[in-house]
Amino acid sequence: MVTGHGRFDHAVRVWLPVGFFLVVALFPFYWMAITSIKPNSELYNKNVMPLIVHAPTLKHYIDLLTKSSFLTWTWNTMLVSVVATAISLILGTMLAYPLARMRFAGASLIAMTIAAIYLVPQPLLFIPLADVINRLDLGNTLTSVILTYPTMLVPFCAWLLLGYFKTVPKELEEAARIDGASRVQTMWMIFLPLCTPGFISAGIFAFTLSQNEFLYALIFLTKTSVRTVPVGVISELIRGDVFYWGQLMAGALLGSIPVALIYSFFVEHYVAGLTAGSVKG
Amino acid sequence: MTIASERLPVPAHGARRRAPLAAFLDRESVFSWLMMAVPLAFLAALVGYPFFYGILLSLQDRPVAHAGTFVGLKNFVTNLHDAVFWQVTVNTFIYTGVATLLKMVGGLGLALAMNQHFRMKNLVRALLLLPFIVPTVLSTVAWLWMLDPAFSVVNRLLVVLGWPKPGPSWLGNPTLAMVSIIMINTWRGLPFYGITLLAGLQTVPSELYDAAAIDGAGGWHRFRFITLPLLRPIILIVTLFSVIFTFADFQLVYVLTHGGPQNATQLFATYAFDIAMGAGQLGLGASVALAMLPALALLIVALTIYLRRE
Repeated sequence: MVTGHGRFDHAVRVWLPVGFFLVVALFPFYWMAITSIKPNSELYNKNVMPLIVHAPTLKHYIDLLTKSSFLTWTWNTMLVSVVATAISLILGTMLAYPLARMRFAGASLIAMTIAAIYLVPQPLLFIPLADVINRLDLGNTLTSVILTYPTMLVPFCAWLLLGYFKTVPKELEEAARIDGASRVQTMWMIFLPLCTPGFISAGIFAFTLSQNEFLYALIFLTKTSVRTVPVGVISELIRGDVFYWGQLMAGALLGSIPVALIYSFFVEHYVAGLTAGSVKG
Repeated sequence: MTIASERLPVPAHGARRRAPLAAFLDRESVFSWLMMAVPLAFLAALVGYPFFYGILLSLQDRPVAHAGTFVGLKNFVTNLHDAVFWQVTVNTFIYTGVATLLKMVGGLGLALAMNQHFRMKNLVRALLLLPFIVPTVLSTVAWLWMLDPAFSVVNRLLVVLGWPKPGPSWLGNPTLAMVSIIMINTWRGLPFYGITLLAGLQTVPSELYDAAAIDGAGGWHRFRFITLPLLRPIILIVTLFSVIFTFADFQLVYVLTHGGPQNATQLFATYAFDIAMGAGQLGLGASVALAMLPALALLIVALTIYLRRE
């Protein structure tokens, strides 16, 4: 039934708007990529057609990796993200499991408190936290961010996992209980292995948020050796009047790759997590 | 599902009669509170305590690295007489309001465009979410370069399209700087709206549309009387989320304009940062940050209640 006219009509209805959104969404990344491989003679010449690369070079990448501390920042960011994510998944589970499975007085109050904490944005807390970190003598240590990132990630993971836990059928746990398993055994051996997809979702989000975090890292980490990628790029690659855009874009691109990679492997989990709160209800 | 056929790794010695301590620990309330104790203590120490400590700080004259002195509401009075503070307030509301509206309308458009049958849909959806998942600071640096006063690619495209040289000064003109941060915030947040609303659209039963079509309802009427009412709960949640985090935005402005020119893009978060970290006035800075609290508290309470009701 698809006539030539219908197919054309379909293409216009679908690809005109979708194409527009795609171009707007992706152009900055395209621009990042081609800037990072353009020689300076092209970057700062207004007479060269800017949308394509005429003489690609890896100079900016080599400079970035050899002349700046980018690799150190990447290592720091990875370490902090992995540890903060692990802590948050564990503490989040310790909150979500009782809330999803047990009946006890105060459960709904706790659940509401966690939801509220999840919604408290960092700018409300960063000044007192900076003072707390100073008094604990944790300034310029990765511990400072490993401790503070979970303040936003724990409520987040707890909330996401709580939603997931409630969708898991109870029968297996009840059977285990009848067979005499303790609550901890039931949770550890029966329940948690069933929740792997939930952990993947929460883990990806927590990891992505850790990679994205800027404010705490900016305040707590002021030495090159402990900086994370976003803070290092902003504080050390932007250097006043020197031409640095090639390196900066190379850094922005490389810094985005871990998140983009993980995301591309788990995109379905990501979308599921994104919409879980609002759709599943 | 193969789970049911697997043998359950449960100890066979059914300990039906438990020791008193074990029985006590087995009670739902005891087990729950014991398990929650560690995470709750953690949150109390690093969210609860700083929150109240922040309120205390806002009542002090507290230069960094010095002891504070209690000054009552003096910091808040200072803010009320500070012209920049009022500009910050107006800026924050404009930024939040306009960006949220653009994200809502654009996100709905994106969701409707994506809610059609076409090839490579999953790939397109994955690509469209990129602005939302890439670290904000890093994508904002790309925008900084795209809006560079001398080499802006946006301006070079505008000039090709007939705009008089050298094109608008995006980050140098107060109004355009506000336009810029709003556009970039929209660029970053719109996919979140779009993909979430798309998931909502996909739950609308197609029978409803069929029935409406039989009754002779046109495209607009189907959208207005079927799609929109069914999407309303999702739109509400997404919007509340987005308003909270746009209202307290920091990174984008810090990277792009540092609040300038002439505080034209200064928001509560960046202004509080400047006062506390730049000028070292922790007390005054805390009072600026706390100025966000009334609006945020309203939003958070509304959203929390709504999430609980679901």
